[in-house]
Amino acid sequence: MEQVVIQIDGNEVRTARGNTVLEAARDNGIRIPTLCHLDGLPDIGACRLCMVEIDGRFGTACTTRVRDGMKVRINTDELHEMRRTVLELLFAERNHVCSFCVSNGHCELQDLACELGMDSVRVPYRYPTLSLDATHPRFIIDHNRCVMCARCVRVCAEVEGAHTWGIAFRGTQVRVITDLGVDWGNAETCTSCGKCVQVCPTGAIVLKGQATAEMEKHPELVAELEERRRAG
Amino acid sequence: MTKVRIATVWLSGCSGCHMSLLDIDETLLDLADRFELVKSPLVDAKEFPAGIDVTLVEGAVANEEHVEILKDVRAKSRLVVAFGDCAVTGNVPAMRNPIPPHDLLERVYGKGMTTTGTLPTEVVPPLVDRVRPVHEVIPVDLWLHGCPPPAGVIARVLTALLNGEMPQLTGKDLKFG
Repeated sequence: MEQVVIQIDGNEVRTARGNTVLEAARDNGIRIPTLCHLDGLPDIGACRLCMVEIDGRFGTACTTRVRDGMKVRINTDELHEMRRTVLELLFAERNHVCSFCVSNGHCELQDLACELGMDSVRVPYRYPTLSLDATHPRFIIDHNRCVMCARCVRVCAEVEGAHTWGIAFRGTQVRVITDLGVDWGNAETCTSCGKCVQVCPTGAIVLKGQATAEMEKHPELVAELEERRRAG
Repeated sequence: MTKVRIATVWLSGCSGCHMSLLDIDETLLDLADRFELVKSPLVDAKEFPAGIDVTLVEGAVANEEHVEILKDVRAKSRLVVAFGDCAVTGNVPAMRNPIPPHDLLERVYGKGMTTTGTLPTEVVPPLVDRVRPVHEVIPVDLWLHGCPPPAGVIARVLTALLNGEMPQLTGKDLKFG
């Protein structure tokens, strides 16, 4: 495969042409924090946590393809501060009460707070009034814990092919919906496959009947499924 | 050697963080002769004394009395530690925030809920509009995560503070919940 040479934090690294900056970093053992990215799903740059500096401009590593001679900066004080602020905004935006979440201890948002050294949230918490939909016989969507990564939307459309999940409204009103806004239990297109549950990084989409800290997910199943499909 | 003067206060929380403090077991005995617990829910003192080295604040800020306590604490303490998730994030007490305080009081004390149906106006401090983490009200020097913070982390933080060092909390030390 044709190789491209780019610079990451001053060091020359090689990666396959067509790769994203995120893939190039990973190929070379360099970690970039991510949240909305999931192997096996198309990237959309929704969460902004993989923000890097590319030839002097800020951009998301997951949606930027490498070019010959590209200069990428990943680990600078400015970028660390930027990523931490993005994370704080995610925590402040909705009601993430880790202490009694079914995903406590198995949550990608919670893990990021540890990784990025988020000792406190420096912006005021919003505490919005949000709903929870438990009309589906097996699953629950709790909008309080949703980070709008749209993994559910992507896995439902691109892997399951059901297109049940969508995104409605804008700004602070934005939320994921099922079948143009009907209760999930009445969403006729839903095949109840549960892929959205497995890919959701937080305790927003979960199985019913789980107690605090019991919900363990397996988002890696999507990449495995894609691989098997490619192999035929 | 002068003893380190430590205080603890209990705002809107379940006292689980104080329980976790006691849960550091024999470490507490090892450290006991190096500090003096001058004010705490565990110690009987009416006024918050001056000249405190470290104050651990458990709980979120839910009423006007809590705001006054915190101002007093900040003025009299060298270091203020937000002690546990309620103090750090608002946590469970902050779940009432989408409900207007008057509706909340009506629901708990109002008609059909108590024999008189009158809302409390005396003794009970008025609720603030929104429950807030401690650092939204006064400057905080250290955030101790967890619901409650694990005893091991508390022991490490206390030991560092008694040694005159600022504890470094990283990685899993920063886990909420």
